[in-house]
Amino acid sequence: MIRTPLRPLARVLKARAQGEDPARIEAENLDKRHEEIRDRSRARAEGRLLVLGLAFFCLYAVVGIRMGALASSVPEEPMAVAQGNPIIGQRSNIVDRNGRILATNLETHSLYAHPQDMIDPTGAAGKLAEIFPELDAEDLARRFASDRKFIWIRKQISPEQMQAVHDIGSPGLLFGPREMRLYPNGSVAAHIMGGASFGREGVHSAEVIGVAGVERQFDAYLRDPANEGAPLELSIDLTVQSATEEVLAGGMALMNAKGATAVLMDIHSGEVISMASLPDFDPNDRPQVLTTGDQSDSPLFNRAVQGVYELGSTFKIFTIAQAMQLGLINPDTMIDTTGPLTWGRFRIRDFRNYGAELSTTDVIAKSSNVGTARIAMQIGGERQRSFLGELGFLKATPIEMIEAPTGAPLLPRQWSEISTMTISYGHGLSSSPLHLAAGYASLLNGGTKVEPTLLRRDTPQLGPRIVRADVSASAVRMLREVVVNGTASMGDVEGYAVAGKTGTADKPKENGGGYYDDKVIATFATVFPATDPQYVLIVTLDEPQITSLDEARRTAGWTAVPVAAEMIRRVAPLLGLRPQIETVTPVGVTLTSN
Amino acid sequence: MRSLMVILAALSVMGLGFWAYQENYKTQASMREVRSLNRSIGAAHETLGFLRAEWAYLNRPDRLADLAALNFERLELLPLRPESFGRADHIIYPLPEVLPITNPIDVTSVEITDEDPL
Repeated sequence: MIRTPLRPLARVLKARAQGEDPARIEAENLDKRHEEIRDRSRARAEGRLLVLGLAFFCLYAVVGIRMGALASSVPEEPMAVAQGNPIIGQRSNIVDRNGRILATNLETHSLYAHPQDMIDPTGAAGKLAEIFPELDAEDLARRFASDRKFIWIRKQISPEQMQAVHDIGSPGLLFGPREMRLYPNGSVAAHIMGGASFGREGVHSAEVIGVAGVERQFDAYLRDPANEGAPLELSIDLTVQSATEEVLAGGMALMNAKGATAVLMDIHSGEVISMASLPDFDPNDRPQVLTTGDQSDSPLFNRAVQGVYELGSTFKIFTIAQAMQLGLINPDTMIDTTGPLTWGRFRIRDFRNYGAELSTTDVIAKSSNVGTARIAMQIGGERQRSFLGELGFLKATPIEMIEAPTGAPLLPRQWSEISTMTISYGHGLSSSPLHLAAGYASLLNGGTKVEPTLLRRDTPQLGPRIVRADVSASAVRMLREVVVNGTASMGDVEGYAVAGKTGTADKPKENGGGYYDDKVIATFATVFPATDPQYVLIVTLDEPQITSLDEARRTAGWTAVPVAAEMIRRVAPLLGLRPQIETVTPVGVTLTSN
Repeated sequence: MRSLMVILAALSVMGLGFWAYQENYKTQASMREVRSLNRSIGAAHETLGFLRAEWAYLNRPDRLADLAALNFERLELLPLRPESFGRADHIIYPLPEVLPITNPIDVTSVEITDEDPL
């Protein structure tokens, strides 16, 4: 670098000779030098700014282009981030408590046509009509001849039909994949399953959605890909459910009933082991909802959950248990049963006259309405209402089915004294058999509340206490007395110490105005084994009637009880309960000496 | 020294670029493999689901009951009933096994001489 001197000797000497000030030359040169320095650093700064500006421009351009690309392109799952299993996108299976399949998916195909690709549309239409008898060849040919580019032929076809269509060999007939819901057990547990149908449908897939029962209730869970195909485990036992339905169907036919229902529930965990309602249907081919008439006549109607009936004398044990809980009576207290009991224009009478008084145990065993009503008057309406509320009789059951809210109980408009008396023996309050099962379970499991559930759970429910343990044990003993010496003598199953209570209630007329004389709802509510209560079983028959000993008989003791007994005989061994040999007198050791 | 650093840096950039290029292609190959594996796993799942459905369909309680009724003469299967339960003391104890004869004694040996009779 050439450095320019600030005081060049030649110019200084010349200036001195001319009498000028040499300091001006120095100042001038200094100025020049400063200007040069300034220009250089400005150029450098400008260059740096340019580079920086370019860098910023590039960065912002990248961000902008990326944003534009993201906004305008179709959203896509990032491959590396997807932790879940991308394969199992199907609707989850539903299995029973032992893992046996209740509902699963099957890959089938749909059939559609592109008429423009067809070589011989008329011939294809004729051959299709041969494969699918419900299609009309002429109609199909007309549709193929129209201008449409896409025609659905069948939404679902079987592999055999697919092969047959393949064999037609028309390039315009095309298949799309389609998942279908299959219930391999047919009508077993039909009401619990409900059924499924297609939601949004496309050529390449169709959405399977639940329409009723647990399929609808757990629709979101079953469709959630985050479950990775984990099945929905129900508390139902398929074998027990099937045996229950078989016995119930036989019993319904034998007792000439128009409908029947059975609920089997674990007394400690509240799990519903089997729940049957007849007549039933096949969820693979779910029938249409009735458009006219009574919905309760439809096979879709789930009597166990949706059917609310006056369940008759089965309610008496609640009244007695509450009175024992309150300390008003004990099992040996004598109750006045002189009838009829008159309240206003109502008269309460017994099936037979049982004399002046009966012990509390016999009030249950002989099923005395008068005795129970007298006990209810001691309890009072307010306390009765709150007790039944604790047992869950005042609102719909919390069972995990979409139909559950429709099974809300029918309560009296005003809980008057006469209501208190009639409700004490099961009239004036309508509830579903499932309510009754939950009520019996809560009362007889030692006295803590259980709520019915359809989901498998292995631990007992620890609900709030409803009655003392000793009251619960006395109630079981009284119910055992009903079977041994009372109205349910046909219900005894050797080895299982059945305890239970019958209930026969007249059916109310549909359009009001009293009750039918010849139509009843017969119920048997039972708990077994009485020595260590494990299960509660409710059997209800709708309008049963048999002729025995030249007499038409409708009472539960003659109809529901034998059906329930047969059911216990079939189901208890399946539940792993071993029959216990009951000894009449305890076997003791006699000491002898010689 | 300085130019050496520049050359080394340039070489390392080129090396890294080459490495990144290779990794990119390796990743893409792995992704393709994962996709094809997923496809075959999916197909296997589908088959498995189909087989499970078929198994459940063939073992549906109604069919098993019908089969048991059809083959009653041969199998004599009945529903499980309380009478089916037995008690442990109803089963007889296993008979004592007859011990194998390890050292047979010939009772007529008095007549036999050391010579082989045959």
